[in-house]
Amino acid sequence: MEITINGVVRSCDAPANSVAVYVLRNDLGLAGVRLGCGEGHCGACTVLVDGLPTTTCDLPLEALQGRTVRTPEGVGSRQQPHAVQTAFLQEQAGQCGFCLSGIMMTAVALVEREQAPAESEVRAALDRHLCRCGTQHRIIKAVMRAIDAVHSK
Amino acid sequence: MSDIKLARGFAKGSLDKNPLLSQWVDLDTPGTVVLRVGKVEFGQGIATALAQIAADELDVDLARVRPAAINTAASPDEGVTSGSFSIEHSGSAVRLVCATVRELALTEFCRRHQVAAEAVEIRDGTLHCAATDARASYWELALGPRLAQGVSPSAEPKSAARYRIVGRSAPRRDLEDKLFGRPSFIQDLMLENMLHGRVVRVPNRFATLRELDAESFQRRFPEVILVRDGSFLGVLAGREERAIAAAQALAEAASWDLPAALPDSGDLPAFLAGASSQPQEVGRRVDPAPRPGVRQLAARYLRPYIAHASIGPSCALAQWRDDGLEVWSHSQGIYNLRADIEVYLRRDHPGCASVVVHHVEGAGCYGHNPADDVAFDAVLLARFAGGRPVRVLWSRADELSCGPSGSAHLVALEAQLDAQGKVATWSHTVWANGYTCRPGRAAPGNLSFVAAAQIAQPFVAPVSLDPPASAGGGSDRNAIPDYDFPDFEVVTNRLLEMPIRTSAIRTLGGYANVWAIECFMDELAHASGQDPVAFRLAHLADPRARAVIEKAIEIAPWWHDRGGDTEGTGRGLAFARYKNTGAWCAVAVRIVAGVSIRVLDIAIAADVGLVINPDGVANQLEGGAIQSCSWTLKEELRFTRQEITTRSWEDYPILSFSEAPVVTVAVIDRPEQPTLGAGEASQGPTAAAIGNAVFDALGIRIRQLPITPERILATVSSE
Repeated sequence: MEITINGVVRSCDAPANSVAVYVLRNDLGLAGVRLGCGEGHCGACTVLVDGLPTTTCDLPLEALQGRTVRTPEGVGSRQQPHAVQTAFLQEQAGQCGFCLSGIMMTAVALVEREQAPAESEVRAALDRHLCRCGTQHRIIKAVMRAIDAVHSK
Repeated sequence: MSDIKLARGFAKGSLDKNPLLSQWVDLDTPGTVVLRVGKVEFGQGIATALAQIAADELDVDLARVRPAAINTAASPDEGVTSGSFSIEHSGSAVRLVCATVRELALTEFCRRHQVAAEAVEIRDGTLHCAATDARASYWELALGPRLAQGVSPSAEPKSAARYRIVGRSAPRRDLEDKLFGRPSFIQDLMLENMLHGRVVRVPNRFATLRELDAESFQRRFPEVILVRDGSFLGVLAGREERAIAAAQALAEAASWDLPAALPDSGDLPAFLAGASSQPQEVGRRVDPAPRPGVRQLAARYLRPYIAHASIGPSCALAQWRDDGLEVWSHSQGIYNLRADIEVYLRRDHPGCASVVVHHVEGAGCYGHNPADDVAFDAVLLARFAGGRPVRVLWSRADELSCGPSGSAHLVALEAQLDAQGKVATWSHTVWANGYTCRPGRAAPGNLSFVAAAQIAQPFVAPVSLDPPASAGGGSDRNAIPDYDFPDFEVVTNRLLEMPIRTSAIRTLGGYANVWAIECFMDELAHASGQDPVAFRLAHLADPRARAVIEKAIEIAPWWHDRGGDTEGTGRGLAFARYKNTGAWCAVAVRIVAGVSIRVLDIAIAADVGLVINPDGVANQLEGGAIQSCSWTLKEELRFTRQEITTRSWEDYPILSFSEAPVVTVAVIDRPEQPTLGAGEASQGPTAAAIGNAVFDALGIRIRQLPITPERILATVSSE
């Protein structure tokens, strides 16, 4: 099966009914996709599938066939950070950081929208994610900061 | 007492056990200071703060300090990372160690170059004498062999005025990797040739395996290794998905005897007060000139069992080799974990010569979660892996239903007010299970790992204890009032039976005791027609306590400004000094009571003495307050008489992003005062501030957590 991940066509021979998160992490070496609950509730395993935030712990691998997937590894680099990464570092929006991979993917989708979303939309979109350390306030600030940075250009 | 004398006192535990400088600092790599500590990172930012302290004492740039990986073979044993003690204990040790290393370097430099110490300046690890232009770095001075000595009695740590790195916000060093999708957690550790393990558990720790159809299981999963040791069941497979499928099939192939051993969740006060327990007086003050009480109040407050509910499922790796056992764990106490694994090995596998436990960071744990349990599971499973490493991960259901919980906690309060409206007598009684069941502390023959009681030759599962008062206490933490009451008595009743497994959870008893005390203070104020804030201040002479209360109000513009209030708006404030000896913290909240309680704003003021990393402190206080909102408004472990039924996030909702309040933090910097831990100070005051705000909004006093819409309705109809 072939999947375009972070701009590169990757092939893998895992069974098509495998759950995507295990193949991404264990077969394709994308450990930045975290596994939190295995039931699609906490959002830690979120990636972008054709630009849409999608949990991968409840997604069969075959659903990714022919799709374009973006994972935390493909968002930016230290040399060229994405606006979301810059904003999260500026706000120090993290404690343990386990939830951040998935949250960052939802944030990237929000920031890359054509129209800058309002804070209420940001909060609603982030409701697909759980944070247990109590960093919600900082994370919301960081996402708003990234939206400002991109949309005020 | 001088600051340095205090630091020596705080550092004593760490330095007595690990006296040599070389156990803490390694200068073998030119340009780098390797810092070894025994306190572990779990998202609280301790690694960054300790690096700041080291860099400042040594006068090197922060980037040069590299925290060493923590393991039982090479790191200083500093016990458990808990109780907001890390900055006090480890921070003081690092300070004294680095001041000694600096002094050694200075002495050596002066000897070599025949210059006076006063003429030498140290900048980014290089010593320089302007008069002679002599220059040498720490690494050029080859100090290595001289680090085999202890902390010098003459070494003088810097005074606060000379700090350049301490006291400034430093970005968290681990955050970048986490934001760039790098492997950062134990769950990401993949060892070569590794097998994936899963265990099968039932959410009742008294259950025993009745029957297992191993044959039909093995027919379906011929390549999977089945491990059965008494009622302990596990599987090992090459692919993770296969291990999960096998564990599911194995669960279906097993039947269990489930005794009805759990308490009646509908009447926890009856269970707590009726269970066998050990009473202990933890505080008493007798008024030499008793004042007559003119008004008496009594109330009982209940916090239910709650879950740690880490976002990352607990994980461990283990490998048996000919020369010993290696374990990778996110435990908060790797030395104690090793000690308890050794208890098992000595009994069952005396040939296993050595155990090394490596700490690898996990997700936030907020206390004793299943980190240690899964490590023991990995040990049990790895024995059947033929020398291959084994990785075990708990399921979300097991994480919530089989890990240690925070005990249900009942507080009975009574007070009398005198004719002037001041507290004349005060009484506080607690019923709860103990607050620690961590490894390394149980009696001989006991082991607290969940699997240890399930194997064919089981160990006794210990009943949780309370840490001693010197370590902040357990169910008695913060039970002694912080107020200047002339007469009080405080008694705890620690349960001697433990139908639901409990252990350390952030603040231990501090959260529930502060919630109860601070709600009751409001009850007393209202009953006597006094303003709750003025009522508190009237009982507080301590200027640092008064200062945080005043500060919390000062930074909350919405406290006095009622212009923007909608229907159902309420305000509340609460205060506590964490552990009675730690950080001072006051929290003011504004809520709106609609269908449910929504916390709009939180203002936190805290005094933690000398601040190491201001943004790190703010982040911890903020996180504690938001987590406390979640505990207070939403969280309760559910169970029947037979099993814990909280098994997924749907059963255990936590605060969402839409529900998250706006938080403002003010940290009162006291550079001349010793540093105190900040990680747990806001938890209790936030809960009580919310309770008080609900009363302000609705005129209803909720004395049982969580404050859900159902609870409010039930309280209204019962009043």
